[in-house]
Amino acid sequence: MMANDLPKEKFDALEKYIDSFQSTKGTLIEVLHKAQDLFGYLPRDVQLFVARKLGIPGAEVFGVVSFYSYFTTKPEGKHSISVCMGTACFVKGADKILDQLKEKLEIVSGETTKDDLFTLKEVRCIGACGLAPVVMVDGKVYGRVKTDDIDTIIDTYRK
Amino acid sequence: MSKFRTNILICGGTGCIASDSDKVIKNFNLILKARGYDEEVQVIKTGCFGFCEQGPIVKIEPDNVFYVRVQPKDAAEIVDEHIIKGRKVERLLYEEPRKHEKIEQHKNMLFYKKQLRIALRNCGLINPEDIYEYIAFNGYDALGRSLTKMTPDEVIETIKKSGLRGRGGGGFPTGLKWEYTRKSEGTIKYIICNADEGDPGAFMDRSILEGDPHSVIEAMTIGGYAIGANEGIVYIRAEYPLAIERLTIAINQARDLGLLGKNIFGTDFRFDITLKYGAGAFVCGEETALINSVEGKRGEPSNKPPYPAQEGYWDRPTCVNNVETFANIPSIILKGSDWFSSIGTEKSKGTKVFALAGKVNNVGLVEVPMGTTLREIIYDIGGGIFNNHKFKAVQTGGPSGGVITEEHLDTPIDYEHLIEVGSMMGSGGMIVMDETNCMVNIAKFYLEFTMDESCGRCTPCRVGTKRMHEFLEKITSGKGTMEDLDALKQLSYMIKDGSLCGLGQTAPNPVLSTMKYFWDEYIAHVKDKHCPTGECTHLAKYSIDPDKCVGCTACAKVCPVDCISGEVKRTHVIDQSRCIKCGACFDTCKFSAVIKP
Repeated sequence: MMANDLPKEKFDALEKYIDSFQSTKGTLIEVLHKAQDLFGYLPRDVQLFVARKLGIPGAEVFGVVSFYSYFTTKPEGKHSISVCMGTACFVKGADKILDQLKEKLEIVSGETTKDDLFTLKEVRCIGACGLAPVVMVDGKVYGRVKTDDIDTIIDTYRK
Repeated sequence: MSKFRTNILICGGTGCIASDSDKVIKNFNLILKARGYDEEVQVIKTGCFGFCEQGPIVKIEPDNVFYVRVQPKDAAEIVDEHIIKGRKVERLLYEEPRKHEKIEQHKNMLFYKKQLRIALRNCGLINPEDIYEYIAFNGYDALGRSLTKMTPDEVIETIKKSGLRGRGGGGFPTGLKWEYTRKSEGTIKYIICNADEGDPGAFMDRSILEGDPHSVIEAMTIGGYAIGANEGIVYIRAEYPLAIERLTIAINQARDLGLLGKNIFGTDFRFDITLKYGAGAFVCGEETALINSVEGKRGEPSNKPPYPAQEGYWDRPTCVNNVETFANIPSIILKGSDWFSSIGTEKSKGTKVFALAGKVNNVGLVEVPMGTTLREIIYDIGGGIFNNHKFKAVQTGGPSGGVITEEHLDTPIDYEHLIEVGSMMGSGGMIVMDETNCMVNIAKFYLEFTMDESCGRCTPCRVGTKRMHEFLEKITSGKGTMEDLDALKQLSYMIKDGSLCGLGQTAPNPVLSTMKYFWDEYIAHVKDKHCPTGECTHLAKYSIDPDKCVGCTACAKVCPVDCISGEVKRTHVIDQSRCIKCGACFDTCKFSAVIKP
């Protein structure tokens, strides 16, 4: 991914955000959160931009990005499908829901479909254990999901 | 509030919002306005009631009527019948599953009867986005009393005498932690709230922050006063947007009223709180890892000593407490240490919040006095096992804990007893499993979690958990040997002894405890190449019970490899040599004729 594919306004916004700190000591994670909010993901050029602005090695930035599961270095699809793999959902068959989704979307967890429509994710407990097993598409939670429901859920977002 | 004759409390916790409680609230407001009652009746969005299984929950005050599973379309009926005509809507009342009787008051439900709510005292009672409601329930009274009538040492003494211990898992006495930090040398000190709830299956910290954020803010300020810190930090998961939003609102309201900032309660004490976001790493629940993450670095643990109380955030003395621990503090200051220590067992005082989930009828958040037995929680509060299945085991302590079986169900729950039976308190996840859950598979599930979450700093944990997972993968796919079981056990002890932090030291617990109590299941997987529950699909074996099969052909139609043969209205047969063990026939059969051995 080249830098010129990434909009300059977003870099400007990020620069403004970083400049708003009195001291940038200890702010790396906050800055990365902001950058991911802006760009949707953290490509190499954004990481290097952050490193230069904060005056730290690029390796340190990458070290932090790769450490935390919340940060992603790949662009995501239009919709994100998160399958809760918390224990409550797991004992109620979340793994079978996940398998079904993988088969239907022909991708594995963490990947995006070829048409850039869906990104499939495994998440740990979203706190709706009363509705287990749970699938979340964008912000919407689907509770007590059965393998038969998967087609209907996906089709809602295909249009 | 006096202006309104009736309050409609509606749960705005994550679980209920997932079942459309936002729309329920919207409809109530629209209908009250349309009927001309919006001046008399107020709709309040509260925090979690805890009874997530029955959500969305609507409670009418002062009538004290508790409606369950309320759908957006039900709002009109409740307003027309209950609010206007004074008749209860029977069909929306909770029905006791065993006796099939309708119960209208929550205090009469078995789910609430045995609970004692201290940390969750305001959840489901007040609007978390309104500081005045918190103040109306004695909010910030404890802070006022601490600042104006008590010295920092007296505050610490009260907490010490109460016997409060850390609710995040470790169980370290809170008062002692405060005292160590106070006594450490240095003019700048910090107090940190650990809201990086990582146990997959525990959500009490989130519910407290969403339902009663001011209690945490008040307690942190009291803690700051006691240890001599002017700065507090809440380290919260970025995955909890609602909790972040409510906490931010609460902090701003407290600042506006002078409850945070300079000269709090007219004293010369100043204190303020900032938020720092986590980014998804289980290990950051460990306090030294958490501090590294707050400093913007990789969240890897450091060697102890020095403890954070001596050298923590930016090498200054730092006290790290968990959300639930903080939520207990204001009540202890107001009601006294004797009151708090009168609740619970000899060494574990007060209450503990558990996230009860898995195969029980009443899934939800429960707070019980220490010393309550597992049986009371699962059968009385939890309403027994889902679908009349048989109880098999309960896992406490999440990925760091272990399973507890039938024989230990009468164990009183406290820090010591849970360790005695091979598990631990942890942060309070409580997952109930029935006879359809394979224990080897559960162990593999937890190992997969710890393997993913291992930060990689020390070798026993980084490599060890991966190797353990490989063994379990081998066993559940039918390739395991008896030597593998021995090696797995040995490796477990090595990882426990050799790891740097709590994550690695406890990671083998799910394997060791399932091996201890369900050794026969491991043997079945290895020697007989057979999974007794059929959950490990490679080792399952499906067959059709000729007595139950009615010949509906449903299984034959759904079979992806066409290995089920039989004519209409005749018994069907599965060709074992071609069966790929996908379980589609089992899931499809309406007559329970397909059996997993």
